[in-house]
Amino acid sequence: MKKIPLPLKQEDIEELAAGESVLLSGTILTGRDCAHRRICEMLDKGEALPFSLQGETIYYAGPCPAPEGKACGSCGPTTSARMDSFAPRLLDLGLKGMIGKGERSEEVCASIAKNRAVYFAAVGGAGALYGNAVKKSELVAFPDLLSEAVYRFEIEDFPCIVAIDCRGGNIYKR
Amino acid sequence: MRIIHTDEIERAVYELVRRACLHLTPACTAALEKAKGGEEQGSAAAFALDTVLRNADTAALENMPVCQDTGYAVVLAEIGQDTHIEGKFLGDAVNDAVRRAYEDFCFRKSICDPLTRVNTADNTPAALHTEIVPGDRIKLTFLPKGFGSENMSRLYMLTPAKGVSGIIESVVETVRLAGSKPCPPVYVGVGIGGTFDTCAFLAKKALTRDVGSHNPREDVAAIERECLAKINALGIGAQGFGGKTTAVGVSCEIAPTHIAGLPVAVNIQCHCVRCEKAEI
Repeated sequence: MKKIPLPLKQEDIEELAAGESVLLSGTILTGRDCAHRRICEMLDKGEALPFSLQGETIYYAGPCPAPEGKACGSCGPTTSARMDSFAPRLLDLGLKGMIGKGERSEEVCASIAKNRAVYFAAVGGAGALYGNAVKKSELVAFPDLLSEAVYRFEIEDFPCIVAIDCRGGNIYKR
Repeated sequence: MRIIHTDEIERAVYELVRRACLHLTPACTAALEKAKGGEEQGSAAAFALDTVLRNADTAALENMPVCQDTGYAVVLAEIGQDTHIEGKFLGDAVNDAVRRAYEDFCFRKSICDPLTRVNTADNTPAALHTEIVPGDRIKLTFLPKGFGSENMSRLYMLTPAKGVSGIIESVVETVRLAGSKPCPPVYVGVGIGGTFDTCAFLAKKALTRDVGSHNPREDVAAIERECLAKINALGIGAQGFGGKTTAVGVSCEIAPTHIAGLPVAVNIQCHCVRCEKAEI
Protein backbone atom coordinates (compact mmCIF):
# COMPACT_ATOMS: atom_id res chain seq x y z
CA MET A 1 0.00 0.00 0.00
CA LYS A 2 1.18 3.52 -0.83
CA LYS A 3 2.51 5.41 2.21
CA ILE A 4 1.57 9.08 2.48
CA PRO A 5 3.29 11.41 4.96
CA LEU A 6 1.33 14.14 6.76
CA PRO A 7 1.06 17.13 6.67
CA LEU A 8 0.16 16.54 3.02
CA LYS A 9 2.43 17.80 0.27
CA GLN A 10 0.72 19.29 -2.78
CA GLU A 11 2.66 16.99 -5.12
CA ASP A 12 1.38 13.95 -3.18
CA ILE A 13 -2.21 15.22 -3.31
CA GLU A 14 -1.98 15.68 -7.08
CA GLU A 15 -0.99 12.02 -7.50
CA LEU A 16 -3.74 10.48 -5.35
CA ALA A 17 -6.59 8.83 -7.24
CA ALA A 18 -10.02 7.89 -5.92
CA GLY A 19 -10.21 4.20 -5.07
CA GLU A 20 -6.59 3.60 -4.12
CA SER A 21 -5.76 2.43 -0.62
CA VAL A 22 -3.12 4.31 1.34
CA LEU A 23 -1.41 4.31 4.74
CA LEU A 24 -1.26 7.76 6.35
CA SER A 25 1.45 8.69 8.87
CA GLY A 26 2.20 12.01 10.54
CA THR A 27 0.17 14.70 12.27
CA ILE A 28 -3.55 15.46 12.00
CA LEU A 29 -6.15 17.47 13.90
CA THR A 30 -9.41 15.97 15.13
CA GLY A 31 -12.69 17.84 14.86
CA ARG A 32 -16.34 16.89 14.58
CA ASP A 33 -19.80 18.47 14.94
CA CYS A 34 -19.37 20.85 17.90
CA ALA A 35 -15.78 21.86 17.04
CA HIS A 36 -16.83 22.74 13.48
CA ARG A 37 -19.73 24.81 14.72
CA ARG A 38 -17.45 26.63 17.13
CA ILE A 39 -14.74 27.27 14.51
CA CYS A 40 -17.31 28.83 12.20
CA GLU A 41 -18.86 30.90 15.00
CA MET A 42 -15.38 32.27 15.83
CA LEU A 43 -14.78 33.11 12.16
CA ASP A 44 -18.19 34.85 12.00
CA LYS A 45 -17.18 37.04 14.93
CA GLY A 46 -13.81 37.78 13.35
CA GLU A 47 -11.93 36.02 16.16
CA ALA A 48 -8.57 34.31 15.61
CA LEU A 49 -8.65 30.49 15.73
CA PRO A 50 -6.54 28.81 18.43
CA PHE A 51 -4.82 26.77 15.67
CA SER A 52 -4.01 27.23 12.00
CA LEU A 53 -5.76 25.21 9.31
CA GLN A 54 -3.09 25.94 6.69
CA GLY A 55 -1.97 22.66 5.11
CA GLU A 56 -3.70 20.62 7.82
CA THR A 57 -5.68 17.41 7.66
CA ILE A 58 -8.78 17.10 9.85
CA TYR A 59 -9.96 13.73 11.10
CA TYR A 60 -13.70 13.63 11.78
CA ALA A 61 -13.53 11.69 15.02
CA GLY A 62 -14.34 11.77 18.71
CA PRO A 63 -12.16 9.26 20.56
CA CYS A 64 -12.92 7.12 23.56
CA PRO A 65 -10.87 8.14 26.62
CA ALA A 66 -7.31 6.76 26.53
CA PRO A 67 -6.79 3.75 28.78
CA GLU A 68 -3.65 3.70 30.89
CA GLY A 69 -0.50 3.23 28.80
CA LYS A 70 -2.12 4.28 25.52
CA ALA A 71 -2.09 7.60 23.66
CA CYS A 72 -5.72 7.22 22.63
CA GLY A 73 -8.77 5.04 23.09
CA SER A 74 -10.83 3.63 20.23
CA CYS A 75 -11.05 6.23 17.50
CA GLY A 76 -12.70 5.44 14.19
CA PRO A 77 -14.16 7.99 11.78
CA THR A 78 -17.59 9.56 12.14
CA THR A 79 -20.05 10.35 9.31
CA SER A 80 -18.50 13.19 7.28
CA ALA A 81 -21.77 14.46 5.79
CA ARG A 82 -22.61 16.22 9.05
CA MET A 83 -19.56 18.44 8.51
CA ASP A 84 -20.53 19.27 4.90
CA SER A 85 -22.04 22.66 5.70
CA PHE A 86 -18.74 23.75 7.31
CA ALA A 87 -16.09 22.05 5.16
CA PRO A 88 -15.91 24.45 2.15
CA ARG A 89 -15.18 27.36 4.47
CA LEU A 90 -12.33 25.43 6.12
CA LEU A 91 -10.94 24.35 2.75
CA ASP A 92 -10.87 28.01 1.65
CA LEU A 93 -8.74 28.70 4.75
CA GLY A 94 -6.08 26.25 3.60
CA LEU A 95 -7.30 22.88 4.91
CA LYS A 96 -5.82 20.25 2.57
CA GLY A 97 -7.12 16.92 3.80
CA MET A 98 -10.16 15.42 5.48
CA ILE A 99 -10.51 11.92 6.90
CA GLY A 100 -13.98 10.57 7.65
CA LYS A 101 -16.53 8.12 6.36
CA GLY A 102 -19.26 8.30 3.77
CA GLU A 103 -20.20 10.48 0.82
CA ARG A 104 -19.99 14.30 0.68
CA SER A 105 -22.28 16.98 -0.73
CA GLU A 106 -21.84 18.49 -4.20
CA GLU A 107 -20.61 21.71 -2.56
CA VAL A 108 -17.84 19.85 -0.72
CA CYS A 109 -16.83 17.92 -3.86
CA ALA A 110 -16.57 21.20 -5.79
CA SER A 111 -14.59 22.84 -3.00
CA ILE A 112 -12.16 19.89 -2.87
CA ALA A 113 -11.47 20.33 -6.59
CA LYS A 114 -11.23 24.13 -6.38
CA ASN A 115 -8.76 23.97 -3.47
CA ARG A 116 -6.79 20.98 -4.86
CA ALA A 117 -7.46 19.05 -1.62
CA VAL A 118 -8.34 15.41 -0.86
CA TYR A 119 -10.89 13.42 1.14
CA PHE A 120 -9.87 10.07 2.61
CA ALA A 121 -12.36 7.46 3.82
CA ALA A 122 -11.26 5.56 6.89
CA VAL A 123 -13.20 2.37 7.65
CA GLY A 124 -16.09 3.15 9.96
CA GLY A 125 -16.44 0.88 12.95
CA ALA A 126 -12.73 0.05 13.09
CA GLY A 127 -12.19 2.14 16.23
CA ALA A 128 -9.73 -0.13 18.03
CA LEU A 129 -7.48 -0.42 14.99
CA TYR A 130 -7.34 3.34 14.38
CA GLY A 131 -7.04 4.17 18.09
CA ASN A 132 -4.04 1.86 18.26
CA ALA A 133 -2.43 3.69 15.33
CA VAL A 134 -2.45 6.98 17.30
CA LYS A 135 0.99 7.27 18.83
CA LYS A 136 0.69 10.68 20.47
CA SER A 137 -2.27 12.86 21.37
CA GLU A 138 -2.30 16.47 22.51
CA LEU A 139 -5.28 18.67 23.36
CA VAL A 140 -5.26 21.72 21.10
CA ALA A 141 -8.56 23.53 21.72
CA PHE A 142 -12.07 23.47 23.19
CA PRO A 143 -11.50 21.14 26.20
CA ASP A 144 -15.09 21.72 27.34
CA LEU A 145 -16.25 19.70 24.33
CA LEU A 146 -14.76 16.52 25.88
CA SER A 147 -14.52 13.84 23.15
CA GLU A 148 -15.49 16.52 20.60
CA ALA A 149 -12.49 18.73 21.49
CA VAL A 150 -9.72 19.38 18.94
CA TYR A 151 -6.69 17.13 19.43
CA ARG A 152 -3.45 16.90 17.52
CA PHE A 153 -2.64 13.26 16.82
CA GLU A 154 0.52 11.67 15.62
CA ILE A 155 -0.61 8.66 13.62
CA GLU A 156 1.24 5.72 12.09
CA ASP A 157 -0.01 3.66 9.16
CA PHE A 158 -3.67 4.72 9.17
CA PRO A 159 -5.36 2.54 6.52
CA CYS A 160 -7.62 4.67 4.29
CA ILE A 161 -9.09 4.77 0.80
CA VAL A 162 -8.79 7.89 -1.33
CA ALA A 163 -12.51 8.71 -1.59
CA ILE A 164 -12.53 12.06 -3.43
CA ASP A 165 -9.39 13.24 -5.22
CA CYS A 166 -8.41 16.75 -6.34
CA ARG A 167 -9.55 16.10 -9.93
CA GLY A 168 -13.10 15.22 -8.89
CA GLY A 169 -12.62 11.45 -8.87
CA ASN A 170 -15.16 10.03 -6.39
CA ILE A 171 -15.42 6.47 -5.12
CA TYR A 172 -19.08 6.96 -4.17
CA LYS A 173 -20.11 7.88 -7.72
CA ARG A 174 -20.29 4.77 -9.82
CA MET B 1 -43.18 -14.05 44.34
CA ARG B 2 -39.41 -13.82 43.87
CA ILE B 3 -37.42 -10.99 45.43
CA ILE B 4 -34.65 -9.49 43.27
CA HIS B 5 -32.37 -6.83 44.68
CA THR B 6 -31.32 -3.94 42.43
CA ASP B 7 -27.67 -4.66 43.32
CA GLU B 8 -28.01 -7.80 41.24
CA ILE B 9 -29.59 -5.88 38.36
CA GLU B 10 -26.88 -3.23 38.55
CA ARG B 11 -24.12 -5.85 38.46
CA ALA B 12 -25.74 -7.54 35.47
CA VAL B 13 -26.14 -4.31 33.47
CA TYR B 14 -22.54 -3.27 34.26
CA GLU B 15 -21.27 -6.57 32.86
CA LEU B 16 -23.55 -6.38 29.79
CA VAL B 17 -22.20 -2.91 28.97
CA ARG B 18 -18.62 -4.14 29.21
CA ARG B 19 -19.14 -7.22 27.09
CA ALA B 20 -21.26 -5.51 24.46
CA CYS B 21 -18.91 -2.60 23.76
CA LEU B 22 -15.82 -4.82 23.48
CA HIS B 23 -17.21 -7.48 21.10
CA LEU B 24 -19.22 -7.97 17.96
CA THR B 25 -21.91 -10.61 18.35
CA PRO B 26 -20.75 -14.04 17.00
CA ALA B 27 -23.60 -13.97 14.44
CA CYS B 28 -22.42 -10.58 13.20
CA THR B 29 -18.80 -11.72 12.89
CA ALA B 30 -19.92 -14.79 10.93
CA ALA B 31 -21.99 -12.61 8.58
CA LEU B 32 -19.06 -10.22 7.99
CA GLU B 33 -16.70 -13.12 7.26
CA LYS B 34 -19.20 -14.49 4.75
CA ALA B 35 -19.52 -11.03 3.17
CA LYS B 36 -15.75 -10.72 2.85
CA GLY B 37 -15.56 -14.11 1.12
CA GLY B 38 -18.06 -12.86 -1.47
CA GLU B 39 -16.08 -9.80 -2.51
CA GLU B 40 -13.43 -9.62 -5.18
CA GLN B 41 -9.90 -9.75 -3.76
CA GLY B 42 -8.19 -6.38 -3.87
CA SER B 43 -11.50 -4.47 -4.13
CA ALA B 44 -12.26 -1.53 -1.85
CA ALA B 45 -15.14 -3.51 -0.28
CA ALA B 46 -12.80 -6.42 0.54
CA PHE B 47 -10.35 -3.90 2.06
CA ALA B 48 -13.15 -2.46 4.23
CA LEU B 49 -14.43 -5.85 5.42
CA ASP B 50 -10.92 -7.10 6.09
CA THR B 51 -10.18 -3.95 8.14
CA VAL B 52 -13.39 -4.41 10.12
CA LEU B 53 -12.56 -8.04 10.95
CA ARG B 54 -8.96 -7.19 11.85
CA ASN B 55 -10.38 -4.45 14.06
CA ALA B 56 -12.50 -6.97 15.99
CA ASP B 57 -9.34 -8.98 16.70
CA THR B 58 -7.46 -5.86 17.82
CA ALA B 59 -10.36 -4.87 20.08
CA ALA B 60 -10.35 -8.28 21.77
CA LEU B 61 -6.58 -8.35 22.09
CA GLU B 62 -6.20 -4.80 23.41
CA ASN B 63 -9.42 -4.73 25.44
CA MET B 64 -10.63 -1.71 23.46
CA PRO B 65 -14.17 -0.94 22.27
CA VAL B 66 -14.71 -2.23 18.71
CA CYS B 67 -16.13 1.17 17.77
CA GLN B 68 -15.47 4.50 19.49
CA ASP B 69 -19.20 5.21 19.29
CA THR B 70 -20.10 3.20 22.37
CA GLY B 71 -23.56 4.51 21.78
CA TYR B 72 -26.74 5.51 23.48
CA ALA B 73 -27.17 2.91 26.23
CA VAL B 74 -30.41 1.14 25.28
CA VAL B 75 -31.62 -1.29 27.96
CA LEU B 76 -34.62 -3.57 27.55
CA ALA B 77 -35.88 -5.06 30.82
CA GLU B 78 -38.52 -7.77 30.59
CA ILE B 79 -39.75 -8.04 34.15
CA GLY B 80 -41.67 -11.10 35.29
CA GLN B 81 -44.85 -10.02 37.07
CA ASP B 82 -44.11 -12.44 39.92
CA THR B 83 -40.94 -10.59 40.90
CA HIS B 84 -40.58 -7.93 43.55
CA ILE B 85 -37.70 -5.48 43.06
CA GLU B 86 -35.98 -4.35 46.25
CA GLY B 87 -33.26 -1.75 46.84
CA LYS B 88 -33.05 1.45 44.86
CA PHE B 89 -35.29 2.75 42.10
CA LEU B 90 -34.81 0.51 39.03
CA GLY B 91 -34.00 3.48 36.76
CA ASP B 92 -31.28 4.63 39.15
CA ALA B 93 -29.78 1.13 39.29
CA VAL B 94 -29.55 0.99 35.49
CA ASN B 95 -28.11 4.51 35.19
CA ASP B 96 -25.59 3.83 37.97
CA ALA B 97 -24.42 0.70 36.15
CA VAL B 98 -24.08 2.60 32.86
CA ARG B 99 -22.26 5.51 34.51
CA ARG B 100 -19.73 3.23 36.26
CA ALA B 101 -19.13 0.95 33.27
CA TYR B 102 -18.56 3.79 30.78
CA GLU B 103 -16.08 5.39 33.18
CA ASP B 104 -14.28 2.22 34.30
CA PHE B 105 -13.77 0.80 30.79
CA CYS B 106 -12.90 4.08 29.00
CA PHE B 107 -16.02 4.05 26.82
CA ARG B 108 -17.00 7.31 25.14
CA LYS B 109 -19.66 9.46 26.78
CA SER B 110 -21.91 10.53 23.92
CA ILE B 111 -25.09 11.88 25.51
CA CYS B 112 -25.84 15.60 25.45
CA ASP B 113 -28.64 18.15 25.82
CA PRO B 114 -30.36 18.39 22.43
CA LEU B 115 -30.38 22.20 22.46
CA THR B 116 -27.25 23.36 24.30
CA ARG B 117 -25.29 20.25 23.17
CA VAL B 118 -23.65 20.14 26.62
CA ASN B 119 -22.51 16.58 27.33
CA THR B 120 -23.91 14.85 30.45
CA ALA B 121 -20.32 13.52 30.80
CA ASP B 122 -21.30 10.06 32.05
CA ASN B 123 -23.38 8.62 29.18
CA THR B 124 -26.60 8.73 31.18
CA PRO B 125 -29.51 8.65 31.00
CA ALA B 126 -29.89 5.19 29.51
CA ALA B 127 -32.94 4.54 27.32
CA LEU B 128 -34.66 2.04 29.61
CA HIS B 129 -37.66 0.17 28.19
CA THR B 130 -39.54 -1.98 30.70
CA GLU B 131 -42.07 -4.61 29.80
CA ILE B 132 -44.10 -6.72 32.22
CA VAL B 133 -44.04 -10.37 31.20
CA PRO B 134 -45.28 -13.62 32.82
CA GLY B 135 -42.98 -15.44 35.26
CA ASP B 136 -40.58 -14.56 38.06
CA ARG B 137 -37.42 -13.67 36.17
CA ILE B 138 -35.92 -10.50 34.72
CA LYS B 139 -34.46 -10.61 31.24
CA LEU B 140 -32.04 -7.80 30.40
CA THR B 141 -30.85 -6.83 26.92
CA PHE B 142 -28.22 -4.17 26.31
CA LEU B 143 -27.69 -2.52 22.93
CA PRO B 144 -25.12 0.30 22.65
CA LYS B 145 -26.69 2.21 19.77
CA GLY B 146 -24.37 4.25 17.56
CA PHE B 147 -25.87 7.34 15.99
CA GLY B 148 -24.21 7.37 12.56
CA SER B 149 -26.71 4.62 11.80
CA GLU B 150 -29.52 5.82 14.11
CA ASN B 151 -29.55 9.09 12.13
CA MET B 152 -30.39 7.18 8.95
CA SER B 153 -33.53 5.55 10.41
CA ARG B 154 -37.03 6.47 9.22
CA LEU B 155 -40.69 6.08 10.14
CA TYR B 156 -43.41 5.75 7.51
CA MET B 157 -47.14 6.05 8.16
CA LEU B 158 -48.33 4.14 5.09
CA THR B 159 -51.93 3.72 4.05
CA PRO B 160 -53.25 0.14 4.24
CA ALA B 161 -53.52 0.14 0.42
CA LYS B 162 -49.70 0.20 0.19
CA GLY B 163 -49.62 -3.35 1.59
CA VAL B 164 -46.60 -5.66 1.64
CA SER B 165 -45.01 -4.07 -1.43
CA GLY B 166 -45.24 -0.66 0.27
CA ILE B 167 -43.49 -2.06 3.34
CA ILE B 168 -40.67 -3.51 1.26
CA GLU B 169 -40.28 -0.29 -0.77
CA SER B 170 -40.02 1.75 2.44
CA VAL B 171 -37.31 -0.50 3.88
CA VAL B 172 -35.27 -0.51 0.67
CA GLU B 173 -35.71 3.25 0.21
CA THR B 174 -34.40 3.89 3.75
CA VAL B 175 -31.22 1.92 3.06
CA ARG B 176 -30.80 3.53 -0.39
CA LEU B 177 -31.12 7.06 1.02
CA ALA B 178 -28.68 6.22 3.83
CA GLY B 179 -26.07 5.26 1.23
CA SER B 180 -22.55 5.14 2.60
CA LYS B 181 -23.33 7.13 5.75
CA PRO B 182 -24.41 4.50 8.33
CA CYS B 183 -21.34 2.22 7.98
CA PRO B 184 -22.72 -0.50 5.70
CA PRO B 185 -23.09 -3.44 5.56
CA VAL B 186 -25.98 -2.53 7.82
CA TYR B 187 -28.34 -4.59 9.94
CA VAL B 188 -31.92 -3.45 9.39
CA GLY B 189 -34.55 -3.57 12.14
CA VAL B 190 -38.12 -3.14 10.91
CA GLY B 191 -41.28 -2.54 12.91
CA ILE B 192 -44.56 -3.25 11.15
CA GLY B 193 -47.86 -2.17 12.69
CA GLY B 194 -48.71 -0.85 16.14
CA THR B 195 -48.89 2.91 16.65
CA PHE B 196 -46.46 5.72 15.75
CA ASP B 197 -44.47 5.08 18.94
CA THR B 198 -44.76 1.29 19.40
CA CYS B 199 -43.80 0.74 15.75
CA ALA B 200 -40.46 2.50 16.30
CA PHE B 201 -39.87 0.39 19.40
CA LEU B 202 -40.58 -2.81 17.45
CA ALA B 203 -37.87 -1.79 14.97
CA LYS B 204 -35.40 -1.30 17.83
CA LYS B 205 -36.41 -4.65 19.35
CA ALA B 206 -35.87 -6.34 15.99
CA LEU B 207 -32.20 -5.28 16.22
CA THR B 208 -31.77 -7.31 19.42
CA ARG B 209 -32.40 -10.49 17.43
CA ASP B 210 -29.37 -12.39 16.11
CA VAL B 211 -28.18 -11.44 12.63
CA GLY B 212 -29.46 -14.19 10.33
CA SER B 213 -32.44 -15.15 12.50
CA HIS B 214 -35.95 -15.17 11.04
CA ASN B 215 -39.35 -14.13 12.29
CA PRO B 216 -41.36 -17.25 13.20
CA ARG B 217 -44.28 -16.03 11.05
CA GLU B 218 -43.62 -17.26 7.52
CA ASP B 219 -45.21 -14.24 5.80
CA VAL B 220 -43.03 -11.92 7.89
CA ALA B 221 -39.90 -14.01 7.24
CA ALA B 222 -40.70 -13.73 3.52
CA ILE B 223 -40.66 -9.92 3.82
CA GLU B 224 -37.27 -10.14 5.58
CA ARG B 225 -35.84 -12.26 2.76
CA GLU B 226 -37.22 -10.07 -0.02
CA CYS B 227 -35.98 -6.86 1.64
CA LEU B 228 -32.50 -8.33 2.08
CA ALA B 229 -32.27 -9.45 -1.55
CA LYS B 230 -33.43 -6.03 -2.83
CA ILE B 231 -31.07 -4.15 -0.50
CA ASN B 232 -28.08 -6.21 -1.59
CA ALA B 233 -29.00 -5.51 -5.22
CA LEU B 234 -28.49 -1.77 -4.53
CA GLY B 235 -24.72 -2.19 -4.85
CA ILE B 236 -23.84 0.27 -2.06
CA GLY B 237 -21.53 -2.33 -0.50
CA ALA B 238 -19.25 -2.19 2.53
CA GLN B 239 -18.61 1.44 3.55
CA GLY B 240 -20.35 2.54 0.34
CA PHE B 241 -17.37 1.35 -1.72
CA GLY B 242 -19.61 -0.83 -3.90
CA GLY B 243 -20.01 -4.59 -3.67
CA LYS B 244 -22.39 -7.42 -3.00
CA THR B 245 -23.20 -6.94 0.69
CA THR B 246 -25.03 -3.76 1.65
CA ALA B 247 -26.88 -5.44 4.55
CA VAL B 248 -26.00 -8.48 6.65
CA GLY B 249 -29.61 -9.01 7.63
CA VAL B 250 -33.17 -7.70 7.92
CA SER B 251 -35.25 -8.43 11.03
CA CYS B 252 -38.95 -7.61 11.14
CA GLU B 253 -41.16 -7.49 14.20
CA ILE B 254 -44.90 -7.17 13.81
CA ALA B 255 -47.91 -6.05 15.88
CA PRO B 256 -51.59 -5.43 15.18
CA THR B 257 -52.36 -1.93 13.96
CA HIS B 258 -55.41 0.30 13.33
CA ILE B 259 -57.76 -0.35 10.39
CA ALA B 260 -56.79 3.05 8.95
CA GLY B 261 -53.02 2.65 9.05
CA LEU B 262 -49.85 0.73 8.25
CA PRO B 263 -46.93 2.13 10.26
CA VAL B 264 -43.46 0.97 9.18
CA ALA B 265 -40.36 1.91 11.17
CA VAL B 266 -36.87 1.22 9.84
CA ASN B 267 -34.08 1.34 12.41
CA ILE B 268 -30.62 1.13 10.89
CA GLN B 269 -27.75 -0.55 12.75
CA CYS B 270 -24.16 -0.31 11.47
CA HIS B 271 -22.06 -3.43 10.85
CA CYS B 272 -20.81 -3.22 14.46
CA VAL B 273 -23.72 -5.23 15.88
CA ARG B 274 -23.16 -5.26 19.62
CA CYS B 275 -25.85 -6.73 21.82
CA GLU B 276 -25.69 -8.71 25.05
CA LYS B 277 -28.36 -10.45 27.11
CA ALA B 278 -28.68 -11.80 30.65
CA GLU B 279 -31.38 -13.36 32.77
CA ILE B 280 -31.79 -12.96 36.51
